[in-house]
Amino acid sequence: MKKILEGSRAIAETIKNIGVDVVSCYPITPQTHIVEDLAKFKADGEADYEYVRAESEFAAMSILVGASAAGARTYTATSSQGLLLMTEVLYNVAGMRLPIVMTDANRAISAPINIWNDQQDAVTVRDAGWIMLYGENNQEVCDLHVLAYKIAEACQIPVMVNLDGFVLTHTLETIEIIDSKSIKKYLPAFKPSEKLDPKDPLTFGAFATPKHYMEIRQELHDDVVASKKMIAKEMTSFKKYFGRKLSLVDYYGDKSADTVVVAMGSVLGTIKDAIDELKKSGKKVGVLKVSSLRPFPAEEIIKEIGNKKNVIVIDKSLSLGEEGILAGELKRSFYGNSKATITSVIMGLGGRDITKEMIKKAITQAGKSRNQAVFIGK
Amino acid sequence: MKIKLTAKPGTTSEIKTGNWREQHYPEIDHEKCIGCGMCDTVCPEGICFNTGEKNKAGKFFYEKDLDYCKGCGLCAEACPVKAITMREEKK
Repeated sequence: MKKILEGSRAIAETIKNIGVDVVSCYPITPQTHIVEDLAKFKADGEADYEYVRAESEFAAMSILVGASAAGARTYTATSSQGLLLMTEVLYNVAGMRLPIVMTDANRAISAPINIWNDQQDAVTVRDAGWIMLYGENNQEVCDLHVLAYKIAEACQIPVMVNLDGFVLTHTLETIEIIDSKSIKKYLPAFKPSEKLDPKDPLTFGAFATPKHYMEIRQELHDDVVASKKMIAKEMTSFKKYFGRKLSLVDYYGDKSADTVVVAMGSVLGTIKDAIDELKKSGKKVGVLKVSSLRPFPAEEIIKEIGNKKNVIVIDKSLSLGEEGILAGELKRSFYGNSKATITSVIMGLGGRDITKEMIKKAITQAGKSRNQAVFIGK
Repeated sequence: MKIKLTAKPGTTSEIKTGNWREQHYPEIDHEKCIGCGMCDTVCPEGICFNTGEKNKAGKFFYEKDLDYCKGCGLCAEACPVKAITMREEKK
C-alpha cells in the first residue's frame, strides 16, 4: 500500500517489517526520527525486537556485535560524528564478518559544527570493509534496506545504506512500504553458520598473528569484490519480487551525449531536472547514477560512459587537498580504460542547497582537465 | 568465506606465551611456602599451582609454570611469607 510518509518513518516501518531481532541506537540529527519511530513501535507493542538504548554510537555498534554474533538480525542508524565515533567497531564488524545493517543519514563533519547534509561522513569509513549503498529517493532507500539484509546475510559482510540527511530523512514522499509477509518470501530467516552459545562456547574476533592476518584480510577484500555480482543478481531478483528497479548504475538522458554528470544520492533528481532543461535548449547531457561505493561498480560505469568525452563528477564530499571521493574512484577506474576527461566538482557541503543553475554551471566545466577539485557554491 | 574466523575456547593453552615475559620471573622457596594459595589467587595467568608435595614443615608447596608466566610479580607482592622472589631473566 502506498502511503505519504517522512523518509525516516518509512525506513523505520521497513525495518519493523524486515523483522529484526535487536535494535541499538544513539540519537543524532538528522537520524533521530528513525530511531524515535523504532522506539515508539516497540513501546506501543507493534514490534517485538529488543530495543537497546546505548550510551554512545560506539556502544550501539558494540552491542550489535554481540547480538549479531549470538545469531540475531540487527539494526542501527547513525550520522556524522556518530559514525566517526563508531569507526573502530565498524572495522571489527567487517573483520568478524557480522551481517549488521546500518542506515547512515549523511551529514557534514565538524569543525565547524554543522548538522546539515553532505556526504563526508560515510566516505570517511569507506575502507572499513562495509558494503556501501546510496539511495536517490526514499522509495529506493527503503528498498535498499530490504536488499541490504539479503546481501549482508548471504555474503557475511555488513551493509551501510546511505541517504542524504534532511533532504531525504525529513522529506515526505509517496512510498510503498513492503509488508512483512512479502519480505519473508524474499528474505529467509537469518541462520548464521556459527554463533555465540554458552553451551558450545566460541571465540569471535580472535587474535591473528602475522602468520594468518594477511590472508584473512585478503579474503575479506576478495569477498567485497565478489559481492558486486551478488548485489547485481539480488537487484534483478528484487524487481521480480517487488516490481521496482534497483541497479548498481543507472543512465538517464540522451545516450548520444558527449558529456555526462555522475553523482550519488538525492542530488541526482536536481541533475535530471537541470539536464531536461538543457535538452529543451538543444544541449545534450547525460546523468549516471552510482548506487554503490563499495563494491565499486567500475566495469558497469565504464560500460555506460567509458566512451564519453567529458565526465563531470559531483561530490558532496572530498579528500581535503585532493578532490571529490567519487571523482577519485572514477579516475582510478577509468585509467587505461577510457579517454574521458574527468572533472571533480564539489557542491553542497554542509547543507548548501544545490540548484539547477549550479548544476548547469558545473556542466560548463566539461572538458577542463584539472588536478584539483572545482568548488561551486552559488 | 572459507577461512574459519572463530576459535574453540582453550586454544591459547596450546600456544606458549611465556616468551612475552617481562624481564623478571618468580622463584618460589618451597621451604618457606605455607601453601596458602594466594599466588594462585592473584596470578592473572593462573600459572601458580599446588604441587601436591609437602615440604619439611609438612606444608603443601606451590610451583610456577613459566610457559605462561608474564613476569608481572603480583605473586611475589601478595605472598604473605615472602617465599617468592622475582629474579632477573637471563636471555
